[in-house]
Amino acid sequence: MLASDTLANILYVDLSKKHYWIESRQDLFEKHVGGAGVAIQLLHEECPEGCDALNKENPVIFAVGPLTGLFPLASKTVAMFKSPHTGNLGESHCGGRSAVAIRMAGYGAIVIKGASDIPLYLAIHGNQVYFRDASSLWGMENSFTVGRIIRENEPGAGLRTIMRIGGAGEKLVSYACVTTETYRHFGRLGLGTVFGSKKLKGIVISGKRSLPVSDRKHYREVYDEIYQMAVTSSVMKKYHDLGTAENVLPLNQLGGLPARNLKEARFEEASGISGETFAEQYLGRRFACSHCPVGCIHIAALREPYADEAYFYKTSMISYDYEPIYALGSMLGISDAKGFLRLMEQVEVFGLDAMSTGVVLAWVTEAQEKGIISEKETTGIKLGWGDYHAYINAVRLIVEQPNEFYEALAHGVEHASSIYGGKDYALAFGGNEMPGYHTGPGAHTGVLIGSRQSHLDNAGYGIDQKVLVKKQLQPEELTQALLEEERWRQILSSLVVCFFARGIYQPDTVSRALHSAGFDLAPEELNRIGEKIHGEKYRFKTREGFSLDNLRLPKRIFETPSSVGLLDEEYIRSAVEHVGKLLIKGKA
Amino acid sequence: MRLAVVDSERCVGCQSCMFACARRQDEVGLAETCLGVRSVGGMERGFIVVVCRACDDPPCAKVCPTDALKPRDGGGVHLDVAKCIGCGHCRDACLIGAVFWDEEISKPMICIHCGYCVRFCPHGVLTLEEREVPGHARK
Repeated sequence: MLASDTLANILYVDLSKKHYWIESRQDLFEKHVGGAGVAIQLLHEECPEGCDALNKENPVIFAVGPLTGLFPLASKTVAMFKSPHTGNLGESHCGGRSAVAIRMAGYGAIVIKGASDIPLYLAIHGNQVYFRDASSLWGMENSFTVGRIIRENEPGAGLRTIMRIGGAGEKLVSYACVTTETYRHFGRLGLGTVFGSKKLKGIVISGKRSLPVSDRKHYREVYDEIYQMAVTSSVMKKYHDLGTAENVLPLNQLGGLPARNLKEARFEEASGISGETFAEQYLGRRFACSHCPVGCIHIAALREPYADEAYFYKTSMISYDYEPIYALGSMLGISDAKGFLRLMEQVEVFGLDAMSTGVVLAWVTEAQEKGIISEKETTGIKLGWGDYHAYINAVRLIVEQPNEFYEALAHGVEHASSIYGGKDYALAFGGNEMPGYHTGPGAHTGVLIGSRQSHLDNAGYGIDQKVLVKKQLQPEELTQALLEEERWRQILSSLVVCFFARGIYQPDTVSRALHSAGFDLAPEELNRIGEKIHGEKYRFKTREGFSLDNLRLPKRIFETPSSVGLLDEEYIRSAVEHVGKLLIKGKA
Repeated sequence: MRLAVVDSERCVGCQSCMFACARRQDEVGLAETCLGVRSVGGMERGFIVVVCRACDDPPCAKVCPTDALKPRDGGGVHLDVAKCIGCGHCRDACLIGAVFWDEEISKPMICIHCGYCVRFCPHGVLTLEEREVPGHARK
């Protein structure tokens, strides 16, 4: 890397001692690039083995990469921590202004240690860090309001990110998210919960600076090439037109859209919540992350009258994407777009992971149907497919946790089903609630073996749709394909390039772009580093008790036919087994 | 020619224009950019796009004590960095906030209306427009 690049600077903040310092760790970035590669090293350094995820010992690490600020679409921030939701590796990615703000403030990574005795929010403006008393924000359950107040209290408009938690993070719901720029999230695995445990209500980060590049002429050529691809390439088209919601109808047609707690994989009323419906009836604005010309963020404008006063309306702006539409829409039998948006807004207000929340509610609905949960547990709420009013009430109770049942729900479906039963249809993999793909064995195997139990780890659903619909793969071939993809994605997430731009950032383009940042890494070398980072994540996972031998597969996925027909448990088990073999081989 | 905002409602807030302005000056990042994009107050309400509008009778030049800022043919101002003492009066005089500040050398950064940013606006928010030269016609 270039010697003068501030990427090497790591900001350490100790919330217990209200103290901060900066260390230059060029070694770390030279070896592990940035983003996920650097973050997993810092997690190994900072997170004591076996620590309680809600203990002050659990660090929060944010990392960006060498291409951030230099090239378009390298605008994701990787967060790493021990997950209070799964008790294992917590990794979550977020866009908005977060990555560019961290880079412009002069850092490659930020490590937050300890826990505060009083509620705080952190204001990081360039090399100045302020510990702001957030006592007057504590107890404020609406994440929108928290953002608004911090926005008005801090400088740096246009050049800042505002991360914050809502009520869910404060109340330690294990799948609370951190929201940035109102509509982007570190969504999965409970980063918001860790914030809550540290009494950290938010973080604002701002800065502006010039960054060094190695060969300006070459830099501008590569820049123009990437920019042109971003605005003209067909691989980006779906993201800026209908957005990720475009997937609803095709997946439904393929029979891969989980509906009603995956009792079905087709939702007969999918057109009510399709990307087309949202675009035609509700799309109010689109916007982009910093330094991304694509603008995939789709915001619905929902105009509603107040019930108690005539000619009195409010217009709410609510973001939508494929995964929330699946989790809070089809999975709950909701086909009324307005109903979905209202529920979505409630989830956003509290700062919950939309995906986990939807899957938890779907499980409760079925458990109630089957009679293992009564209205005694739900405090009188009767959940029914499509009844969004009841779901909105239930979301509030998950956050408030008035009884043991809601406390259990606030810890996810794996936990709740271990107490109340109904495991066969508790749709979690490795403790994390499932994403919206019942496309075949690739999707489920991918999430199961993914280093963060996310569909984005290795995009197994993509293998289902591109390969398995046409031909069979042996289990080991599937495993091989998943691992290959996941290893390459370690490079993308170390550069913090958005996965939506994976078609643009091919190995050769990555090599050339990295040259501008002073990294000379050939594609083969990148692959080797990707494999190493993946291995480092698995080392952390294993250290914290993850084992391929005891992974639970919910029976439900074998009962409902997928896009490629009924799934075979033996096949998936065999694919998982091969991961172990390949990882050991990789080490040797 | 001058830079103009066609329709700020079309802005998605990607800030590609800001990065472009820096590259035009052989810089990388956001420190040297002569235009600004920020949310109206929450991104859901859209964006404010701040560009120098090349005033016919520029207030920034009128308050410059050293004549470092001089009205330019076609509107706007030209900055003579050597004359500038960094007093910041120009920044205070610009109601729309289009006089940006170079923190490193404590001097203003002034848009030269080159139009490079327009090439990197993916949604047609910015344009470079021809216009009459009222500064001369006004005589």
